Amino acid sequence: MSEKRTFKNLELEYRLFRERVFVAFAFVVLLMLVLIGRMLYLQVYQYDIYTTRSDKNRMHVRAMPPTRGLIFDREGRILAENLPSYNLTFVREQAKDIPAVIDTLASVLELDEERTEEIRKQAYSRRRPFQAALLLSQLDEKQIASISVNRYRLPGVSIEAQLIRHYPYGPLTAHVLGYASRISEKDLEKVDRSQYSGTHYIGKSGIERQYEKELHGEVGVQTVETNARGRVLSILSEELPKQGQSLKLHLDAELQKVATQALGGFRGALVAIDPKTGGILAMVSTPSFDPNLFVSGIDTDTYRYLITSDDLPMFNRTIRGKYPPASTIKAFMGLAGLEHGVVNPTSSIYDPGWYQLPNDDRLYRNWKRVGHGRVNLKKAIVVSNDTYFYDLAYNLGIDRIHPFMSQFGFGSNTALDIPQASSGLMPSRDWKKVHRKLPWFPGETLSVGIGQGYWLSTPLQMATSMVLLANRGKWVQPRIVESVDNTPIYKTSDSLPKDIKVSDDSYWDQVINAMVAVVHSKEGTARKISNGIRYTMAGKTGTAQVKGIKQNEKYDASKLAERHRDHALFVGFAPLENPQIALAVVVENAGSGSGVAAPIARMILDAYLTPERLAQGKEQQETTP
Amino acid sequence: MSTQDFMHQLPDATHAFRRPVGWFERIHLDFWLLSGLLLLIGGGLFVLYSAAGESIHEVQRQGVRFAFALIVMFIIAQLDPRMLQRWSPVFYLGGAALLIGVLLIGVGAKGAQRWLAIPGLFRFQPSEVMKLAMPMMVAWYLAHRPLPPGWKHLLVSAVILTLPVLMIAKQPDLGTSLLVAAAGLFVVLLAGLSWKLIGGFVALGIAALPALWYVMRDYQRQRVLTFLNPESDPLGAGWNIIQSKTAIGSGGIYGKGWLEGTQSQLEFLPERHTDFIIAVLAEELGLVGVCAILLLYLLIVGRGLFIALSAPSTYGRLVAGSITLTFFVYVFVNIGMVSGLLPVVGVPLPLVSFGGTSSVTLLAGFGILMSIHTHRTLVHK
Repeated sequence: MSEKRTFKNLELEYRLFRERVFVAFAFVVLLMLVLIGRMLYLQVYQYDIYTTRSDKNRMHVRAMPPTRGLIFDREGRILAENLPSYNLTFVREQAKDIPAVIDTLASVLELDEERTEEIRKQAYSRRRPFQAALLLSQLDEKQIASISVNRYRLPGVSIEAQLIRHYPYGPLTAHVLGYASRISEKDLEKVDRSQYSGTHYIGKSGIERQYEKELHGEVGVQTVETNARGRVLSILSEELPKQGQSLKLHLDAELQKVATQALGGFRGALVAIDPKTGGILAMVSTPSFDPNLFVSGIDTDTYRYLITSDDLPMFNRTIRGKYPPASTIKAFMGLAGLEHGVVNPTSSIYDPGWYQLPNDDRLYRNWKRVGHGRVNLKKAIVVSNDTYFYDLAYNLGIDRIHPFMSQFGFGSNTALDIPQASSGLMPSRDWKKVHRKLPWFPGETLSVGIGQGYWLSTPLQMATSMVLLANRGKWVQPRIVESVDNTPIYKTSDSLPKDIKVSDDSYWDQVINAMVAVVHSKEGTARKISNGIRYTMAGKTGTAQVKGIKQNEKYDASKLAERHRDHALFVGFAPLENPQIALAVVVENAGSGSGVAAPIARMILDAYLTPERLAQGKEQQETTP
Repeated sequence: MSTQDFMHQLPDATHAFRRPVGWFERIHLDFWLLSGLLLLIGGGLFVLYSAAGESIHEVQRQGVRFAFALIVMFIIAQLDPRMLQRWSPVFYLGGAALLIGVLLIGVGAKGAQRWLAIPGLFRFQPSEVMKLAMPMMVAWYLAHRPLPPGWKHLLVSAVILTLPVLMIAKQPDLGTSLLVAAAGLFVVLLAGLSWKLIGGFVALGIAALPALWYVMRDYQRQRVLTFLNPESDPLGAGWNIIQSKTAIGSGGIYGKGWLEGTQSQLEFLPERHTDFIIAVLAEELGLVGVCAILLLYLLIVGRGLFIALSAPSTYGRLVAGSITLTFFVYVFVNIGMVSGLLPVVGVPLPLVSFGGTSSVTLLAGFGILMSIHTHRTLVHK
């Protein structure tokens, strides 16, 4: 270009400028249209997408978990409750210096490296802005206090409350109630998942599991509007949860305590039932465990001890322990003998101290080696003579014993709300053919006659059999729960067995009177417990062999390993005139029923049959003839 | 020299006739421009009230700022454009010196050094001065030269343009450097840069884009990546743009109603009373509201270009045109970025976004426009 000083051509420059301005304006209009086009696209074409997104931003559906129902004993004492537990949460966006907050937290709570690392990981976990991360659960009071005091140094950290299950009686009620603990993926497969959103606990065993549906309640739903910080601003709609229903049990927590103390350090089981309702008054299996440990997450050492200990603290002996009922069933054998005409009140045998089958030189021994001499039915029960019942059983035969005993619930689970209870074993010819592939031998009938051999039953079954005896054959099913939210649960069910009928009602009196004499007569095996007794009771001792004793060998407890000693048993009910409690006691490897089990039973009966209860019972008896 | 300049600006066919002069013009205000600006400012305050969480306090603060900026505008409008022209190099050199000062002793936050502070008194952003000094300087330089400018003049213009832009970019302040560069470039374009050269530069610019990647800082690169795919990091860098698009889109045609926007009121939308305020408007007043504000902007830009066209001097034409077009760049870049058309660059929505400095600069620019427009008649006296 020429750089000589040239005059500007103003006309041309102006035209050039005008042209540029027009082009620029055209561009402006074009770009405006681009912007409007963009807005049209977002606000009209994609309106639905963004409306949904905007709603999803602000509206959140929250599950409102129902509060788990409470469990009470018969006197209204609380057995399972919900206590607040505290969690530590952290909102990253509220903290300016996250590493500093974590360091402060670690020093305030005196956390080790490992825990600190876990917390750090949680704190940095990926979330939408302002959503809280769970750092620690179940803070103890000391931790809560330390955090509260140092709150000003911990921006973004807060403590949130949550309800967790608590069992005030701890080990005393562990086996009956079972426990609720953290819900697992496997648990969720068995229930309606939607019902459990927001719920952290589920019943894992015992009543907690059996009545899960009632205790859990129904989940509620809340639609809330939150801001970007996750703060709830308003509730848009809500459907309140249906709180879990409360259970009232037949159980008596105080009786439970007495029974546990009475069993002392022994391994054993005790079941006490109200014969009128079938309600279980006490159900103790020792040793026990603290169910609260499972709620809050048990440490591995304790857990390993609980599942590997030889004493089997987790094992509920009352419903899962299978023991030979031993002599405790002699009254029923006697009843069977009377019913089938094998014996009568006046018939008797001579007991030389042993019994022999025809064409067999094996000796079936009486527990008293020298024998009881002439023995009739009553005496046989009172002194617990074995020889009499060998003879009776032989004459009845297994084919008549099996159906007769089955009527009393032996060999099946008759409980209303304890499905996990064992059926025990009431042997029969068919059973042996199927399970042992062998024919029935006559000698085996003799063992069954004294409640040994293949016959196995649970303490619950033994107690139930006493209920039937007290009721003279009228069935009530054993049950734990009395009412759900004050509505008594069904009294009967399809599984209610038929009442037991005998051809002459006096048969009941004969065996019951014999059992009364077991306690109240001079000869009775349990005579020692009648000292100072305020009521009349029926009872029967039993001593179950754990280890077979060879022919000609004498049982000597001191020579046997502790685990091979006899189990001590006792069954009974009281008061005679108006039975209010029937029970069964099994004490493992404790020796004789009369020496160990009977005194335990007496303690329970004394505790339950207070003067007031006895007076009440008498009154009832007089008004209902 | 100055008499010769004066001569150059003599008879202009368009303005050769005498016009009746209203009282408005006597106090050197332009009715149409002022109306547009006041409508925009007034409407903007309503949106701000909602965006700032119904805080009347924020609205008052902003109102005071606008009052101050309007006074600045009024004062500048009184100045004779020839005086502005004479002082242009002084503004420019002063501005450049301040920019050097920022680089040496500037203060700032978040890794950017943008402010000059007189401790205890006040602090300000010299790059704002450059937004006006730049077009004035380029126009001052080119107004003397035969147009369209020759190579030598283009080169000098390029130097005038580049140095401050680079200094601002180094602070770093991408948004402002972009606006300052645009202001200078518009002068050159309006001065009649040939279409061939424009085409060539655009091609060169596009070719240089990849190179730009290496000059950018990490956070700037992140912004570009986020722009290309916001969903790649929805909770982090992409959050802003996703939330603003959600706000705009969910507004629909008629909007959710003033103060009723859930994205805005529930704080999902970030920077809602500053750079992202258009999203609040779009959510609460819908497409209708967006079109209304765009129409206002178009009115202001149209009036600005008209003023440029009717300016009697080359300098006035170039400055008025550049200021007007730069104003539109604000609008386009801001709405473009909030709606996801452009990467996120810190450019406010002019005269609506909360913030003082840019409003003062913008209104001072319109003061220059009014000065140019209302001093025409004096030329013919």
